[in-house]
Amino acid sequence: MALLSVGFALPLRHFRLELELELDGVVALVGPSGAGKTTVLSVIAGLARPESGRVALDDEVWLDTDRRIDLPPDRRRVGLVFQEYALFPHMSVRQNVAYGGQRRADELLARFGIAALADARPDQLSGGERQRVALARALARDPGVLLLDEPLSSLDGHTKASVRSELARLLPEIGLPTLIVTHDYEDAVSIAARAGVLVDGRLRQLGSPDELVTRPADAFVASFTGANLLRGRAHTRAGALAEVVLDSGEPLQSTDQVQGDVDIAIYPWDVILSHEDASTPPPANSIRVEITAMTRVGGRVRVAAGPLNAELATEAAAALALVPGAIVRASFAPASVRLIRRD
Amino acid sequence: MASRRLLVAVFFFAASAVALAFLILPLAALLTDRPPSSLFDQLSNPVVTDALVVSLETSAAAQALIILLGTPLAYLLASRRFRGRSAVVTLVELPIVLPPAVAGIGLIVAFGRLGLLGGAFSALGIDVSFNKAAVILAVAFVAGPLYVRVAIAAFEAVDPRLVAASRTLGAGPARTFFRVVLPLAGSGLTAAAALALARGLGEFGATIMFAGSLQGVTQTLPLAIYYVFDTNLDVALTISALFVIMTAAVLMSLKLTSLWHSSRSASPSRSAIFASS
Repeated sequence: MALLSVGFALPLRHFRLELELELDGVVALVGPSGAGKTTVLSVIAGLARPESGRVALDDEVWLDTDRRIDLPPDRRRVGLVFQEYALFPHMSVRQNVAYGGQRRADELLARFGIAALADARPDQLSGGERQRVALARALARDPGVLLLDEPLSSLDGHTKASVRSELARLLPEIGLPTLIVTHDYEDAVSIAARAGVLVDGRLRQLGSPDELVTRPADAFVASFTGANLLRGRAHTRAGALAEVVLDSGEPLQSTDQVQGDVDIAIYPWDVILSHEDASTPPPANSIRVEITAMTRVGGRVRVAAGPLNAELATEAAAALALVPGAIVRASFAPASVRLIRRD
Repeated sequence: MASRRLLVAVFFFAASAVALAFLILPLAALLTDRPPSSLFDQLSNPVVTDALVVSLETSAAAQALIILLGTPLAYLLASRRFRGRSAVVTLVELPIVLPPAVAGIGLIVAFGRLGLLGGAFSALGIDVSFNKAAVILAVAFVAGPLYVRVAIAAFEAVDPRLVAASRTLGAGPARTFFRVVLPLAGSGLTAAAALALARGLGEFGATIMFAGSLQGVTQTLPLAIYYVFDTNLDVALTISALFVIMTAAVLMSLKLTSLWHSSRSASPSRSAIFASS
């Protein structure tokens, strides 16, 4: 597969966007809104000009501010799927797709299952159909790179799930370096093999979903990927687990060997809830919490307990007879207590 | 309470009736003051036919000039952001609100024989006073800004993401303009042209000062009305009736095309732009 290399700096209103990225395969750029994600796509596509930088697909240079190279968008082999798709409202589905390239139009219409809609206008399509037309149109010009800007944000919940799995299946098949921008971490990791977390114009971490969860680079990445965050002070002990004293005074043990002030990341599915029992000592590595709210999501229950969110199977929650207001113990395996040094 | 509501309702309806009657009566009187047969008889009067020909010729030429030069100007002003842009837009709008007599004087001192460019023009063998070229310039000067102003709004209403999409799909600026921008701005541009046409047909002040009122040369329909109204009211009435019908036709066709466009190509979202997030 070709390799897209991107490196640039661009001052935005509230911060400086700086990025170095080598792209092969499907990568998601994820971050809160206003982090500069869409601007990254604009720079690659040639719709925004950075202060300095370089964009190249293999040895095809699209932008090099040092060498005064800056190809216009129509001369960069980019397939860009816009947020809300930006289909041409005055053209039929076929005309939209053929606008990018006549040659492959019919093949793409058939491939994405929209041949029957060829004569329809964009305003007659559902959200999922628009997404397919936009993808087909972007591919019709035979791009070397595929860029998708928030491909799921304008879809309703039901359509979103099906489009998400559709993209997860299609994008690796297409076989292009692909960059997806999304503000939703779950969308990112269900579509892309690797995800980069972009905050305030900086790429905090780029890795597989597993790496982001097991070794979050900082507290923001940890909380963005869904972790609970606590604060405390850690002491390493030779040949033993590190001991952390939470700001609330309770001690915990962790397999991470870190010293000093730390953020403590604990994922909701690593939290084990149990009832307090006066006759037996409390379980090791636990804190005392009060349940404040419970929400059912599919076959699982999300429990807000003190400073933590816990997630457990519906049956487990039922077996424990959890109710808001109950005082319970939340315990964690030492390997689930992830320490991030705070500077 | 109830009687007060009734009073308000009565006032609104009464005011509306008076206003409508005020606007409609003169138009109706124009068409009914003489029997239609006498109006038809006057249609063959040379004053009428000459003025009609001059008006149509000069309006067509001015309209071509306005669209040819005004469209690119409107597009640049709508799509580019540069220092002094709002000053340029204000300059474009100025002739819309300027008294026509002032426009006429301006044209004389700019393009007339003794004006700023008069010397250059006569050296080139071009003479633009008291001939058709002068009428065309006067009409273009007064009606052109109206076209440009409305065309700017039409271009600004085109979703910039569609323009960006076209570029990323391999289309250069020219193809993007003709395949995406122009069709989407089409109904707005048609409206702009219709308004300019109606305004140009009715042009009086600047034309009479800059081009004079020579029958068969510079005497357009409005000038002809003025020329004959105290000697031959029948002719003045005929031309006026002709005017009411022509401008009504322009307005009607404008309404119909915009209706046709909106049913055919509604952009799903024009509000959001290619947001940088």
